[in-house]
Amino acid sequence: MNILQKSRAKSPWILHYDAGACNGCDIEILACLTPVYDIERFGMVNVGNPKHADVLLVTGTCNKRSARVLKNLYDQMPDPKVVVAVGACALSGGIFHECYNVLQGVDGTVPVDVYVPGCAARPEAIMEGVMMALEKMNQR
Amino acid sequence: MEIINIFFVVVIAPVIGGLLFGLDRKLTARLQKRMGPPILQPFYDLIKLFGKGRIAANQFQLISVSVYIACTILSLILLATGQDLLVLLFVLALGHIMLILGGFSVRSPYSQIGSQREILQLMAYEPLLVFMVIGTYLKTGSFLVSNLMTGSYKPLLISLPAFLLTQIIVMAIKLHKSPFDISASHHAHQELVKGIYTEFSGAQLALIEMAHWYELILLMGFIALLWQTNLIIGGLIAFACFLAVILLDNISARLTWKWMIRFAWTFGVGISVANLTAIYILR
Ligand code: SF4
Repeated sequence: MNILQKSRAKSPWILHYDAGACNGCDIEILACLTPVYDIERFGMVNVGNPKHADVLLVTGTCNKRSARVLKNLYDQMPDPKVVVAVGACALSGGIFHECYNVLQGVDGTVPVDVYVPGCAARPEAIMEGVMMALEKMNQR
Repeated sequence: MEIINIFFVVVIAPVIGGLLFGLDRKLTARLQKRMGPPILQPFYDLIKLFGKGRIAANQFQLISVSVYIACTILSLILLATGQDLLVLLFVLALGHIMLILGGFSVRSPYSQIGSQREILQLMAYEPLLVFMVIGTYLKTGSFLVSNLMTGSYKPLLISLPAFLLTQIIVMAIKLHKSPFDISASHHAHQELVKGIYTEFSGAQLALIEMAHWYELILLMGFIALLWQTNLIIGGLIAFACFLAVILLDNISARLTWKWMIRFAWTFGVGISVANLTAIYILR
């Protein structure tokens, strides 16, 4: 692992986009920031800005409107970037699967690297998902 | 001697600055009962940012960032080689204004409002720096740092105690620490996302980050000047001030720009003028 790859693995800046979640998964992501889980010890920072971000965390049922925003955010992130879909909704539509306006998962809109299942996904699982995504980013 | 100084400033200063910012993040985390990132975290961030793909909103952004970091390094060199303090302040302000123009050059409203607020930050701290320079002139009769260092004066802090306080205020404003994180916050993202830095990405952001490291050393250098007879004591005082700024950052919340200007121009300028008056009377 060269020094650039090591730095990338140690400094993931996260952009969180809620594509229409029930807020369950979002609260779990915010729980990662609290002293109990403290993701900053891995160098992760929750940035509200696609231009600074390395990892895009998507939660919730993507619909036709939020898909446009999601695509826009993804395009604004500088390379290298990875996408982590969090929660059953982001994976497949979850319990809203059958709704007329819901797309079945976000992977039709942006290329997803890691799927974190759960309703809601647990903070530990989210952290591990980000770690796996970083490994994938460095293997590319 | 000059060459050694310049080498020290260009190569060693950012390393120390980066480590201090790493310490800042660690201490902030510990104050919030978190583990916090490793001390080397700013260096990981910097290397990662240099390795990011290039996205620039326009070409002026890169120019503004380059002039900003060049001016910051130049002002640190001016300090280390004992040049004129007034020239140093002009060079520093020039770099800062170039950064603000870079923030204005994009159309994002976050960046625009952030840049407007950055001008207010500049307006708030600049008089305090100028007053400190006037104070040193009154004591030593010269604007040259080298005169200050070689002359046989007592430590300036004894006759200019108010300037220690104003320099802490300047440091907090310049590093965007609470309660002065108006245009952009040093750590967290706020209602303006990242304020003036919102539209800078990748290598540009890395250069800005590096300029901040130089800036921190420069500000600490200013404080160390107050104990010019022994720079080790001066450095320790500067380090204590840095810790005070971190503490201030953690125990206070952001206030409005109106409050910042009022505070800097009444309290900061007030104690500066009082100190200068005292020097006149006691002379
Ligand atoms: S997966 Fe469950 S908790 Fe998460 S957004 Fe969907 S419904 Fe809410």
